[in-house]
Amino acid sequence: MSFRNISLSLLAVVAVGAAACAPPAPPPPPVPVINQDSIDAAERARVEAERVRAENEARARAEAAERDRLAAEARARAEMETRLNAARTAFANAIYYDLDRSELKPESRTVLDAKVPLLRANPNLRIRIAGHTDERGSDAYNMALGQRRAAAAKRYLVDQGIAADRIETVSFGEDRPVAMGSMESAWSQNRRSNFEIIVGGETLRLP
Amino acid sequence: MTTLRSLLAAVAVLSALTSPLDADAQEQQGVRIGLTYTAGTRPGLYVLPMAGAYADSIRAILTRDLDFGDRISVIAPDSGVAPTGSLNYRLYGALGAAAVLQASEQVGGGVKIVLHEVGAARVMNTREFPVDAEPLSIEWRMALHAVSDEIERWITGVAGIASTRVLYNRNGTLWQVDSDGANPRPVPGVGSGIQPAWHPSGRSIAYTELADDGTHVVVRDLVNGTARRVSFGEGTNITPTFSPDGKTLVFSSGIDGTDLWAVPLAGGEGPVRVTVGRGTENLSPSFSPDGRRIAFASGRLGRPEVYITDADGANPQWLTTTGFGDQSYRSDPSWSPDGRHVAFQTQIEGRFQVATINLRDRSVKQHTIEGANEQPSWAPDARHLVFTSSRSGTRQLWVLDTESGRLRQLTHGSAARMGAWSPRFAGSR
Repeated sequence: MSFRNISLSLLAVVAVGAAACAPPAPPPPPVPVINQDSIDAAERARVEAERVRAENEARARAEAAERDRLAAEARARAEMETRLNAARTAFANAIYYDLDRSELKPESRTVLDAKVPLLRANPNLRIRIAGHTDERGSDAYNMALGQRRAAAAKRYLVDQGIAADRIETVSFGEDRPVAMGSMESAWSQNRRSNFEIIVGGETLRLP
Repeated sequence: MTTLRSLLAAVAVLSALTSPLDADAQEQQGVRIGLTYTAGTRPGLYVLPMAGAYADSIRAILTRDLDFGDRISVIAPDSGVAPTGSLNYRLYGALGAAAVLQASEQVGGGVKIVLHEVGAARVMNTREFPVDAEPLSIEWRMALHAVSDEIERWITGVAGIASTRVLYNRNGTLWQVDSDGANPRPVPGVGSGIQPAWHPSGRSIAYTELADDGTHVVVRDLVNGTARRVSFGEGTNITPTFSPDGKTLVFSSGIDGTDLWAVPLAGGEGPVRVTVGRGTENLSPSFSPDGRRIAFASGRLGRPEVYITDADGANPQWLTTTGFGDQSYRSDPSWSPDGRHVAFQTQIEGRFQVATINLRDRSVKQHTIEGANEQPSWAPDARHLVFTSSRSGTRQLWVLDTESGRLRQLTHGSAARMGAWSPRFAGSR
């Protein structure tokens, strides 16, 4: 090794040694210029974003809740409608009679019993009972017989506590058959009383 | 119909006989023209040919009316010339005629009628009938019907029923037809209408209206077209009928069963209950001609029967007690205008038939056999009645002569029922 090489090496060693002993002071970092406006703006932006996010979340929750509420209401209404239609249908059920008779058969009493709750729950309800006959017999006499049939049904409802002035009775005799034909399958369908709501049918309350 | 030639031949033979028809022989026939009429006999009437613009129609109407009356045996050959001058009475007597009808058209539209008595070989009666109506119109026909009725009165002592009409129900509303079946037409202004009835004056009618809120009784003036409801509001109101004096309307009304109620037409007083049915049906009233009693149908025994009550409701009596028919079901009574019979429908072997009961001896006569027959209504002559029959396939009105049993179909086409025979109209209408 040459003398020059050894000297350089010694210098390098000395340099390293010198560095280890006294690190040179790094240049001081640049002192940041503190811009308070920017800080505030950033903070506001952050708060705003937070607020908007929270608002959106709340709105979404509210909308979802509203949808649920509406859906529940619609379901409730649909169910009410179904129950009302069932009540209306049950109310409209006819009752049937034997030939030339106006007495109520046991099944007729059951059908009439099913109408009473609706009448009780809706005190403003007025109904009309229409009596009918089959085609046999005198046309004029059948009008009177139809009236007697309607009257028998009315009497039963009145006995259950429904006020008589809420129930009208009419007769169409043999003139409005529901089933055509000259055989018992048609005749038995025509010997009937029909029930109709004439006042208060739009605002029915369920029993 | 025999020809004129064979008529003349017959007359030639009869002229050889020594004894002409005389008053004694006439009385043996049981007929005395213009004075008495013996029921069961039918005097022969020869209707001479006519000349004139409407001669065919006039002669056809007169001839048919007298034939439909069933009291006169009408001889009316189609051919021939209207004779002038005096008649050959022996000729007509030989043909079986007790009288000869000679009609001619008048200037101005009227009809002159000369009725000859064959036995006495002379004119019995002459009269000119004015006819103030358009030829061939409904009014013109009705005026000629009135002429026929008068001719019948000259011959038999009883006016005919040609100048009458029949009300009925068709297609849910009321129709009317002339007594000979001509001119069926709706009654103007009537909506729904069933169970029609005539006021004795013929000026107004009553009927039942079928509405969605039940049945109502309506009185309608045919002359001025006004109508009003007479029935009470609720329940059933059906089968109206007028009292013979025209002052009261009686109909069936009720909520719990039905009863007969009487309403004065002039107003003022309220309705008066006639029957006390206690929840049974009581309907289809029909007055006796003296207005004192009412026949009606009642279900008080469980099945309908015909009853008679005093007009104020006293003394209800079961009329159809006689055992006939297979089941107890009698209804729709109609009291004959001479007071002697009540017609009604009764169920026999499962179908309705028309029968009459004699009020004096309570004997019952069945008048129909074929088909289903119901709703009888008497004509003013107390001899004919109109009823509903299914015998032709659809329900139609038929006319029955209760004495001879002769039947003729009155309506055709779509179903007709509930016939009500009008009174005799005063004057042409």
